[in-house]
Amino acid sequence: MSTEAPHLILSTSPFLKRPVDTPTIMRHVIYSLIPVMLAAMFYFGVSALLIMLVCVAGCGFTEWVFEGRGPLRDSPIKDGSAIVTGILLALTLPPGLPLWMAFLGAVMAIILGKVLFGGLGHNVFNPSLTGRAFLQACFPVALTTWAPYGDLGRFLALRGDNLSLPFLKPQFDAVSTATPLAMMKFESQPTEVTNLLLGSTSGSLGETAALLILLGGGYLTYRKFLNWRIPVGIFATVFLFATLLNLINAEKYPAGPFHLFSGGLVLGAVFMATDPVTSPVTQKGAWVFAAGVGLLVVAIRQFGGLPEGVMYSILLMNAFTPLIDRVTQPRIYGGRKKGES
Amino acid sequence: MTRGRLIERIPFPDEVILPLSQHLGAPSKPVVAVGDTVHRGQLIAEACGFVSVPLHASVTGRVTAIEKRFHPSGRPSEAIVIACDPTSPQTLYEEGPLQWENLATPELLATIQDGGFVGLGGAAFPTHVKLAVPEGKRVQFFLVNGCECEPYLTTDHRIMLEYTESIFLGIRIILKMLGAEKTFIGVETNKWDAIASLRDQIPADLPCEVIPLQTKYPQGAEKMLIKAVLHREVPSGRLPIDVQVVVSNVGTIAGIGELFAYGQPLIERVVTVTGPGVHNPSTLLMPVGTPLSQVLDYCGGLTEEIAQVLFGGPMMGSAQYNLQVPIMKGTSGILCLTEHQVLSRREYPCIRCAACLDACPVFLNPSLLGSLARSGRYDEMLGLHILDCMECGSCSYVCPSNIPLVQRFRVAKGLLREQQAREKVAKEREAREQQERAKVGGDVQEKVGSK
Repeated sequence: MSTEAPHLILSTSPFLKRPVDTPTIMRHVIYSLIPVMLAAMFYFGVSALLIMLVCVAGCGFTEWVFEGRGPLRDSPIKDGSAIVTGILLALTLPPGLPLWMAFLGAVMAIILGKVLFGGLGHNVFNPSLTGRAFLQACFPVALTTWAPYGDLGRFLALRGDNLSLPFLKPQFDAVSTATPLAMMKFESQPTEVTNLLLGSTSGSLGETAALLILLGGGYLTYRKFLNWRIPVGIFATVFLFATLLNLINAEKYPAGPFHLFSGGLVLGAVFMATDPVTSPVTQKGAWVFAAGVGLLVVAIRQFGGLPEGVMYSILLMNAFTPLIDRVTQPRIYGGRKKGES
Repeated sequence: MTRGRLIERIPFPDEVILPLSQHLGAPSKPVVAVGDTVHRGQLIAEACGFVSVPLHASVTGRVTAIEKRFHPSGRPSEAIVIACDPTSPQTLYEEGPLQWENLATPELLATIQDGGFVGLGGAAFPTHVKLAVPEGKRVQFFLVNGCECEPYLTTDHRIMLEYTESIFLGIRIILKMLGAEKTFIGVETNKWDAIASLRDQIPADLPCEVIPLQTKYPQGAEKMLIKAVLHREVPSGRLPIDVQVVVSNVGTIAGIGELFAYGQPLIERVVTVTGPGVHNPSTLLMPVGTPLSQVLDYCGGLTEEIAQVLFGGPMMGSAQYNLQVPIMKGTSGILCLTEHQVLSRREYPCIRCAACLDACPVFLNPSLLGSLARSGRYDEMLGLHILDCMECGSCSYVCPSNIPLVQRFRVAKGLLREQQAREKVAKEREAREQQERAKVGGDVQEKVGSK
């Protein structure tokens, strides 16, 4: 008996492949964001849901237009990165934002943040934050008008003028309140850290519930889809710097824990700064990057004109990423200790 | 899949195909002619220079052809074909233990070369070259590689369990040759039975220690093993001997043990036949030169879903397209993969997730190298140490974007090596021409002067 020649495939090694690809990673990022999204809906009701839907639609649509029109099956949208960008953008927006602004932000996040640089993997800046920075520059008032948080009982109540038409002046005076950081900065009024952890404060959709964000980050770290060095490094730097200032002048500068859990720091550190495309690839580089973000956040919050600085800190450090990568190349096996060319 | 199964000897095949090039270095030169009767273990082709080994008949029978046959490298290559004599008892040509206690190192080296030994781990580098200590170098430790070189393979595991005595004899002889202080056998901790069995049987007077190592690919790579056992790094572009270490695979050592114990040259080897694509995976002892098809038949044949048949492991092996290729001295395994294992996957853009950086055992930056390779910027890759890449394939394995990283690096390395060779030749030619010109110029001047 002789084995009949079967149809054999020729290729080069390696022949096996880890069963994880980009869409898998994106899918798990979305899973890890589910608790945060649910919390956003719990605190900000249907407004949160609408903003998230609009942002995801905006990102998905733009990606489809620019990256590959045609059947969805073969489209690059399938990698899921646009959906992640949309969700993350939504989570940084205030609940009362007019939906057309959210949509515009989502479109710009993809165009300015990604397409202009050549698509996924080539962008310098985090797309979600680019979209938010665009909105902040265009509509500073709308972006800093914060609705108070509520609970499920008020689920159906809109938190602001979500449905205003484009370019009409939205009504903002109805109900608004200040975020913990703004209260601290402009009225020297601190907020309880427990409230910050649980999310019962005003703020952007997804930045309020620090614990749930950490939970999502923990899951991604466990699945090895997230470089834990970056959030840990940011938290450590912010805590140390803030504590140092607090020791110098406790009246003027709040303590470390307040800084850690207020504003967008947790969301930014866990989900934005860790965007693999725009953060360093080397492990040493990750620490440098994280320290840079941490220092900038406290510096902007304490010495700048704005109450919050997470977005700009991350975007600034994004710009340094190629440089950081260049100087932190690992020493190769058997290479000389110092003075590598 | 095959770790718990004893090594079985397969029946002698009807014919063996022995390519003259089964090792790195110069091919051997036939010393038999078509029609000759040869005896199992008889020399049939001699070594051609120092980096070359002779070839022995792996069965008793008649030489039926010396012609080009399919070769596992993909290119047909000159081979000696022997039809097996079905009535022969297949005893060895010259059986009996070889003297070694009174032999000096050069004689022992010659004996190993005459035995046709090459590294059985897969690279098939002539063993005597590896064991020859260059003038002025010293060997402190001899390292025995008992880490399976790739996932799926259990060849080394079974050899450690079943050829323990031969391994220690081999170690004893090699220690004497090298003048080394001590031997370490590195074994991955997924083979505790082998570790225990080796530890039990170490002869009291042999300076030898078994070191359990973490199970991870590519632990069996020479440089990784040296680092794991001795915490030494071989400098980039240098050899283990530069850190006073010589490494060899357990299979090779066991073979050398057999050579001195019974006078058996390298004419058979242990091969793991495994993977979901073959009916009865097993670890088999077979004559070198056995056609692949015959081995697969013995294992119950290929399954319906077969997609790829590999020589070697899943990470660095080579795909075969013809089942008539022979098992070679360096064939450590035959891996049969099924369709769903080898589905071609869509390539996505690099998202700089750094999985490849974490996976690279020599700490390169495959992500950056990959994008440079893609745009053909090979020169820039030199500065990023592309030539230190050992092509283990870990980067391609982990890449979530399914980028064929190591595949591109191979191309880059090949082109760079070619370019370097060309530059070297050009430089030499230029130097020669300059010399000649200077000479001619001098002659002319002389003539002018004499006029």
